[in-house]
Amino acid sequence: LCPGDTSVLAGLYGPAEAKVSKELPDRAALEVLLRPKVGLPGVLERSREQLLRQTCEAVVLGALHPRTAISLVLQVLSDAGSLLSCCLNAACMALLDAGLPLAALFCGVTCALQPDGTILLDPTARQEQEARAILTFAISSSDRKVLTATTKGSCSVEEMQQCLAAAQRAASTIFQFYRDSVRRRYSK
Amino acid sequence: RTVEPLEYYRRFLKENCRPDGRELGEFRTTTVNIGKCLCSITTADGSALVKLGNTTVICGVKAELAAPAVDSANKGYIVPNVELPSLCAERFRSGPPGEEAQAASQFIADVIENSQMIVKEDLCIANGKLAWVLYCDIICLDYDGNLLDASVFALLAALKNVQLPLVTINEETGLSEVNLKQKNPLNIRKHPVATSFAIFDDTLLIVDPTAEEEDLATGTVTIVTDEEGRLCSVHKPGGSPLTGAKLQDCITRAITRHKEVKKLIDKVIKSITPK
Repeated sequence: LCPGDTSVLAGLYGPAEAKVSKELPDRAALEVLLRPKVGLPGVLERSREQLLRQTCEAVVLGALHPRTAISLVLQVLSDAGSLLSCCLNAACMALLDAGLPLAALFCGVTCALQPDGTILLDPTARQEQEARAILTFAISSSDRKVLTATTKGSCSVEEMQQCLAAAQRAASTIFQFYRDSVRRRYSK
Repeated sequence: RTVEPLEYYRRFLKENCRPDGRELGEFRTTTVNIGKCLCSITTADGSALVKLGNTTVICGVKAELAAPAVDSANKGYIVPNVELPSLCAERFRSGPPGEEAQAASQFIADVIENSQMIVKEDLCIANGKLAWVLYCDIICLDYDGNLLDASVFALLAALKNVQLPLVTINEETGLSEVNLKQKNPLNIRKHPVATSFAIFDDTLLIVDPTAEEEDLATGTVTIVTDEEGRLCSVHKPGGSPLTGAKLQDCITRAITRHKEVKKLIDKVIKSITPK
């Protein structure tokens, strides 16, 4: 998945046999591994993994596959801004591609708040650095509700609401992209 | 309660209250101990102990000297580290920090960065040569839910207590001289306060969840506000989806909470200053 120059490769394995120490009796155990482009995974990757894992757990119908393990591995190929939303989108497409039962789809949108107050969607790395605040949302497809939200930098409450509204509008474009990609894959 | 915890809780939530008697929007009793006389860490430069109900978090701040990084010669460092030792709850095993501890450490680092609580330039002593490094160790002694709120509070209280000795660089020898007699408090620009909510069944939001409530919840939201009502951080790692309006309710509650916490901190600081 490559919006602009940021690309993330996602691989999904599962539902597969889980280790006894990790298996949950009533639902599938989801595991996310995020590997950065350079270096070993650190604390930042761990917190991102937790974010992705809880987002996926909210949509995957784990109760249909108890005592199994679903592993999602993400490898960052290049980072030119909006990395987290790229990972979210890659994760969702991987879930779709694997054919796992999902309650809803989700998409990641990043908004950057520039110093003069304008809202920029899908910022590049340069724009992210100059921005006053960067907000990333995961919006669910069923009712455009907020599944996940993280912010970097401080903003006022009104600005956050504006970004959220803009993100919800942008979500429709991304879901259309999902539909087109899936159609292309299965129409051959 | 042990056999069907969710049903047990639902019955209480229908009446808009919780098993421990609290309202849905009510926090547990918060107590904070700052400083060397009340708090146990005498070797640290600043320390604080926060109790949010049963959740106990202690924060120790140690200041050391180091050379600043090459690309940011006028910035010092703040290194937060959250530890969840196995003594605080049975689900944490001893060994390398688990995912929850690492995610919490990252969250605290983000809050410090986002809120500009301590500006790194303030920590610089001599451009390119010497700067302060603040190691903030946040250790949970008893885990009963709502770790993030207590950690942010403990960090804030401990930093307010830190006194840094004056350091001058001797021009001739190039060595630093630490003047332990003269101490200045840190310049804390903003006071971020975190408020955590647990989401139940996609609709109900309760404030300050205990460990039991966290396990049963379908999602959590943490909002960090500062005194101007600006949002320093909205942290909602997955979980049930929320509408924008519900998020707005959380934010309003967080702003009210900020005022309560600020009053508490000011009261405690006033009571320990020897003047």
